[in-house]
Amino acid sequence: MGYIIETRDITKRFGGLTAVDKVSMGVNAGEVVAVLGDNGAGKSTLIKMISGVHRPDEGSILLEGNPMKFENPMGALASGIETIYQDLALAENLNVSSNIFLGREKTKKRFGLFNVLDHPYMLEESKHVLDKLDIHIPSLKSTIRTLSGGQRQAVAISRSIYWDAKVLIMDEPTAALGIAEQKKVLNLVNSLKSQGIGIIIISHQMYDIFEVADRIIVMRRGRKVAERLVSETDPDEIVGLIVGAETVKK
Amino acid sequence: MRTSELSSRPGFTQTTIGRTVGRNWALFFLIFMVIVFAFTGSGFFEIANFQNIIHLSSTSILLAAAETFVIITGGIDLSVGFVMGLSSALAARIMVILSTTALPVPWIIILGSLAGLVISLIPGFISGTLVARFKVPPFIATMGMWGICNGITLRLCHGFFPIAGLPAALPELGNGYLIYIHPGKSITFFQKPEYLADNQIRELIRLIPFSFILITVVILILWFILHRHRFGQHTYAIGDNVDAAIRAGIDVNRHLVKIYMLSSFLAGLAGVYNVFQTGIGNYTTFSAMYELFAVAAVVIGGASLAGGKGRILGSFVGVLVLAVLKNGLAISGVEPFVRYIAVGVLLIVAVTIDQLFPDLF
Amino acid sequence: MNTTGKTCQQNLIGEMGKRWVFLFLLLEFAYFSISASGYFSFDTVQMILFYGTEIFLLASAELFVIITGGIDLSVGYVLGFATVISSKLMVVFASLGISPIGCILISIVITLVIGLIPGFVNGVLVAKLRIPPFIATFSMLGITQGISELLMQGIPAKNLPILAGSIGNGYLLYIVPGQALSFFHRPDVPRGVRVYEIIPNVVVFAFLFIAVFAFILKRMRFGQHLYAIGGNIDAAARAGINVRKNLVAVYMLSSFFASLAGIIYVMKYITGKADAGAGFLLDAIAAVVIGGASMFGGSGTVWRTILGCFVIAVLETGLRMMGTPTFDKYILVGVILIFTVLIECFFSNFKK
Ligand SMILES: Nc1ncnc2c1ncn2[C@@H]1O[C@H](COP(=O)(O)OP(=O)(O)O)[C@@H](O)[C@H]1O
Ligand SMILES: [Mg+2]
Repeated sequence: MGYIIETRDITKRFGGLTAVDKVSMGVNAGEVVAVLGDNGAGKSTLIKMISGVHRPDEGSILLEGNPMKFENPMGALASGIETIYQDLALAENLNVSSNIFLGREKTKKRFGLFNVLDHPYMLEESKHVLDKLDIHIPSLKSTIRTLSGGQRQAVAISRSIYWDAKVLIMDEPTAALGIAEQKKVLNLVNSLKSQGIGIIIISHQMYDIFEVADRIIVMRRGRKVAERLVSETDPDEIVGLIVGAETVKK
Repeated sequence: MRTSELSSRPGFTQTTIGRTVGRNWALFFLIFMVIVFAFTGSGFFEIANFQNIIHLSSTSILLAAAETFVIITGGIDLSVGFVMGLSSALAARIMVILSTTALPVPWIIILGSLAGLVISLIPGFISGTLVARFKVPPFIATMGMWGICNGITLRLCHGFFPIAGLPAALPELGNGYLIYIHPGKSITFFQKPEYLADNQIRELIRLIPFSFILITVVILILWFILHRHRFGQHTYAIGDNVDAAIRAGIDVNRHLVKIYMLSSFLAGLAGVYNVFQTGIGNYTTFSAMYELFAVAAVVIGGASLAGGKGRILGSFVGVLVLAVLKNGLAISGVEPFVRYIAVGVLLIVAVTIDQLFPDLF
Repeated sequence: MNTTGKTCQQNLIGEMGKRWVFLFLLLEFAYFSISASGYFSFDTVQMILFYGTEIFLLASAELFVIITGGIDLSVGYVLGFATVISSKLMVVFASLGISPIGCILISIVITLVIGLIPGFVNGVLVAKLRIPPFIATFSMLGITQGISELLMQGIPAKNLPILAGSIGNGYLLYIVPGQALSFFHRPDVPRGVRVYEIIPNVVVFAFLFIAVFAFILKRMRFGQHLYAIGGNIDAAARAGINVRKNLVAVYMLSSFFASLAGIIYVMKYITGKADAGAGFLLDAIAAVVIGGASMFGGSGTVWRTILGCFVIAVLETGLRMMGTPTFDKYILVGVILIFTVLIECFFSNFKK
């Protein structure tokens, strides 16, 4: 079966530093692939290329088998690749529904002349998507600034899935959350998976990975050093791969 | 290594020459300008003219030095120009008042100058406190002080009238030289030879203006404070990363108040010196934009408005770049408006260089 | 729930935090109405509007930029630049024998187009070359000043069409009670008959543009994106907003408003000079800050900025009518500026 999203030998350099070095990977529909690695291994850079933030210096990205060239994040978004960043990338001064629709605001024609923001529509739709995910936020008109970490995460996730994502990329989705909120996010991931979305997840929490992932990709110093099915590995092996213990063995 | 695959631009900056030029481009540009103007402007490449350039830039140098400290902390002080006006006006006003008493002239001058210097600490204390304790953005705190100082200055000046009627000794001191040489006849120190009439002053070779001594002393002290003293280390630390500085145990609030007071004090010094230089008390006009030119000089000198970067000597060079540009263009017969355009373009180039080679500085 | 009472109180204080400028303005107006005789009148309000037009426009210009987290120091000299260009153009066209109204219209259009250039350059410097707005716009200040003086050559334009002045100093509506009512034209009445003049033309002109852009800011995508950029520039970029294009647009918009202000200056005072707007920068930025916008970007509205302008304008006219030296205004503006930020801090702490 063909991957829904795939990278082939993609490379990214920052000046003299090769942040991602010839990495090939793929994700199937309805599959969760975890990318693991130490700080600075190049995980974030890898997914930023897939989501159109960075352009790869070499290699190609294929969406449903077709090579893609994203000029900017908008291109990736338009192709159904949604990303939830480590820092969530929410505009804290705007309210919940404005954030869910950020960059893709719904407008309506006024006097057949110009487009004005359709706030009632956006509020209504935001409420739907939050309900669907069983997320409770007191008021959709409150600014992000007033929300808790978990609520912010929920807004970020709602924003991504509202737009019928084919691929969802999550960079450390549980890093800033309390235990109960972490559980909730993992449940969300599982329910998205069952909807046939391909998910790439970056995490440091081994527990998260073994809870939701199907496959694990380990990166070290920009290179992909291993790929394992979750069913065929265990946390100890993965930790060894992350810190590079196998080189010691050799 | 993969360095060979890099584009040629970073390659150049990685060579020793590239680094030196990049880091000191303002200095190289200054030298370049001096060479060019030496050919295009008659009378440019002369000691008298160079002394003149520095003499006329002394207040700008003080203001740029003031701004340097604030900018290194990541702040900005928009009030320096108007603090300078305030000190100038207050010093002059006090001197005028004291002149009506029987006080001897030296005392009049000293007390007036002291008043100008002391008052300058107040705006700095207020804006420093606002910035440090009340977290008012520096831009707004110092802009508020700009308005307040300007208003008080204009009161002291009874409107838009410079304050005149000061002791005649002032401009003599402010514009005096250390050495006067009458070629083949005499050498005197501090004063022109007694026998020479005022209109014969052109026969003299005058060396080392007093302003030059003032500037040198101030710059040396500030250089020492910034680069050889804990105070300077803390200043850089705050600009680099406030949180790290707090965790390292630096009393950031106190330090910031000191920084703004120092800035204000240097502006006050500029104001008092301005009285010596011009012989009158001057309010600051809106179109002077002293604070903006001070920021410009500091940025040309290699500082970053984001903080953590900047050097006293760099700012000094920055002021000279602007001053030589102005003087050289004028001597070369270029129309004055070109100067405004040139400053703008120069500033853009300065920051662009800084953006292109961020790792250089 | 047990938190309801607290929330209620918080809301109240939050509301006060938002409205205090308005209260302050009322107090200010009341104070001058009591202490300056003749202050409390319709004419005073018209005078405030008439003399404040440039500030209203420049403050709006500054607001757009400040919402994105930037600053535009060049507005004052772009205003000057526009006064020089439009006045020169009017003289040139007049000398070509074009009708006065034609002269004025063509000059306005050309000036507005040329006036976009400094903003375009600012925007490119800020958005593409990533030069800090402070430096980029200060450079542009110098460049526009230089070009204005180059064009002026020390001589302000003379012999502008008389029509320019009569439009600039005219009113929208003239009423002679019981006799006449006319738009734009002062009715011919015998001397001594009181003609009521309602709303200066320049105010109508300025507020037309301000209202349009207030609407765009509040209700259209472009406005929403400006707030997003100021709130979190990375989030905006990742959400697919074309940050660079929007930034270039916002600096152009700022220049456009400054040019409008320049044109109005020419029509009002029938002259143009490079430093016509030099003294306006403090007022414009102060008005935006007093209106509650954050210098870090992401907040601020046109309506509240206009309130900020009024706070300053009421002060200035009030002091003038009380016979106090107008430079006391600078002291008070400075104090109000600082207190605004302190008050905002105070209320936002309460909200938390
Ligand atoms: N925009 C950038 N410019 C320069 N270097 C970068 C940039 N982004 C990441 N890097 C560098 O690339 C390397 C990989 O970073 P990153 O992808 O963030 O790692 P991870 O997410 O695995 O911790 C690091 O050394 C980091 O410093
Ligand atoms: Mg990362």
